[in-house]
Amino acid sequence: MTTRSAELLMAVLMGLLSVFLMWKSAELEIGWIPDRGPGGGAWPFWLSAVMLACCIITIFRWWRKATPESRSSVEFMDKNTRRINYITVGSLVALLGLTHIIGIYFSIFLFLLFYLRFVGRHSWLLTGTLSVASPVFLFFFFEAMLKILLPKGYSEPLFYPLYQIIY
Amino acid sequence: MEILDALLQGFATALSPQNLMLMMLGCIIGLFVGAMPGLGSVNGVAILLPVTFLVPPTGAIIFLAAVYYGAMYGGAISSIMLGIPGASTAVATVFDGRPLALQGKADWALVAAAVGSFVGGTVSVILFTLFAPPLADFALKFGPQEEFALMMLAFATFIGLGGDDIPKTIFSIAVGLVLAAVGLDEISGQPRMIFFDLPGFYHGINFLVLAIGIYGIGEILWTLETSQGDVKVSQASFAAKRIVDAFKKLKASIVTIISSSFLGYFVGILPAAGATPASLMAYGVAKTMSKDPNTFGKGNMSGVAAPETANNAASTGSMLPMITLGIPGSPTTAILLGGMIIWGLRPGPLLFVNQPEFVWGLIGSLYMANFFTVIINIAFIPLFVSVLKLPFTILAPIIFVLCIVGGYAPTQDLHDVWLIVIFGVVFYLLRKLNYPVAPAVLAIVLGPLTERALRQSLVAEQGDITTFIERPLSATILVLAVLLIVLPAIKMARQKNNRTSVADGKQP
Repeated sequence: MTTRSAELLMAVLMGLLSVFLMWKSAELEIGWIPDRGPGGGAWPFWLSAVMLACCIITIFRWWRKATPESRSSVEFMDKNTRRINYITVGSLVALLGLTHIIGIYFSIFLFLLFYLRFVGRHSWLLTGTLSVASPVFLFFFFEAMLKILLPKGYSEPLFYPLYQIIY
Repeated sequence: MEILDALLQGFATALSPQNLMLMMLGCIIGLFVGAMPGLGSVNGVAILLPVTFLVPPTGAIIFLAAVYYGAMYGGAISSIMLGIPGASTAVATVFDGRPLALQGKADWALVAAAVGSFVGGTVSVILFTLFAPPLADFALKFGPQEEFALMMLAFATFIGLGGDDIPKTIFSIAVGLVLAAVGLDEISGQPRMIFFDLPGFYHGINFLVLAIGIYGIGEILWTLETSQGDVKVSQASFAAKRIVDAFKKLKASIVTIISSSFLGYFVGILPAAGATPASLMAYGVAKTMSKDPNTFGKGNMSGVAAPETANNAASTGSMLPMITLGIPGSPTTAILLGGMIIWGLRPGPLLFVNQPEFVWGLIGSLYMANFFTVIINIAFIPLFVSVLKLPFTILAPIIFVLCIVGGYAPTQDLHDVWLIVIFGVVFYLLRKLNYPVAPAVLAIVLGPLTERALRQSLVAEQGDITTFIERPLSATILVLAVLLIVLPAIKMARQKNNRTSVADGKQP
């Protein structure tokens, strides 16, 4: 996709989002309540309307070729960038998805293992050390020092002995 | 006299063992963050804010201000050693810092940067001490009408002075404000914009979710894309004699350093302007004022000192409106301001009255942080350089992990972490299409304050909208805001007309 097409696509998508936000904020009173000022939905409604107006102007400027992006026929994302972005965003989504199941610590271990070894092509020694040390450090920092419990999913029972040490 | 007493109290607060340690830790972390290509003060502060819940607010702000400060120093290291600016604020440092490094004078450039940063920081913090209390006193007269007008002024500066595409800037501001409106409507107490009935939206969208998304996830995606090339680290030798030589050489730049300090400070006060334009302007002024402007860009020490002085001075300047008016002068201070709200403080002029220990502790710590950073900076340069050689594929996943756990900690809701990733990706794509992202962060922080000020004013005046123009102060501020938007637009239209008439063969 060229940058020119990307600009149009983004403006259209953001315009649709603005319409959705306007519709959503209209669930509350968006008009003027006499002697009281604007209703609860007015602020987000009119701001979303401003968003929509900006998108329409951007589309108009795109059509007039007024923005640098609308004149650019360069590929919006080259092959290398696409590759690294898919891998990175994909692995982040996997990290979060797995957090619901096996908890954050094991997910971080797997995420670092994958990223360091298969994306960064680092040695097993470095990969192993960082993948193990990071969740261990985070555990003691968050759970022992800050007393903030991070999600553990089904791996919770494995932490019982550790709880006994830190609490 | 009163100021001096308060300042001494502030020093005492800043020098308490816990605060002193936090300050030093902040300086070191800040230096590293600033030195990493692609990461600047705003990223450091956004990612680290969640961990400050461990300490009291004063310690937290001292730590984050030190990170902010350290990052301003650190930015110069990668500009000089790698030829890549550590952050946008250090772009101008590359112009002369890199040529000096290539000539084998990296140490000279680093000394010029450190001394400039130190002087810039010191001059600006003195100006801050003098200006802040009277400004806060004045601001105590403000009602919700003036607060609302001030917020409009802050947004107007982004539109008028930001230099970005105007419809895209307004879009970015509106997105931030709408996201801030999600959750419970403060005045009526009704749930508002609960998308797909997900319970996670009831507590609203914390500004940190957007800030970590943009400055954590989005920034790393951006850097992964741009840093695909090889990075070459310059070697620097450090001998005492050479450092003394560098100081001698730097004598010629004294005027530049002093004038850049003042310039940086006043540009920093303006919301939206901040450290990046300040450093570029200081570079331009130094070049214009110089006796041999031709040496600029080829390794002139004043060319390194000027932008580094100005960006440090600007970072202190941007704290002035944050502390006294509750209006952040830069994205980093926007995040600090959001932090203050989370810590249970109400930013604005009342801080000086209600939380003198917090305010003066911060001011005292700025003096100290300046001093420590310059020492740590010079002492740790070899270490920074070796860290800079770390491949980004090690740094990136670790920063992702920090974003994820840092985003989870404040609300302890995975819903927010999903939002962080979504915002990170969407705003990365928006940024690629030249939508400015900083206004959105500023807007999500100011959103609740702006809406409250607007609706309070209207409720108090039975819905009479003329209240904003009937009060002289709010009217003046609003006129300023309108001028800020209108003038650049007129200028742009004029330039366009001129271009068209030239193209048509007419004289402009």
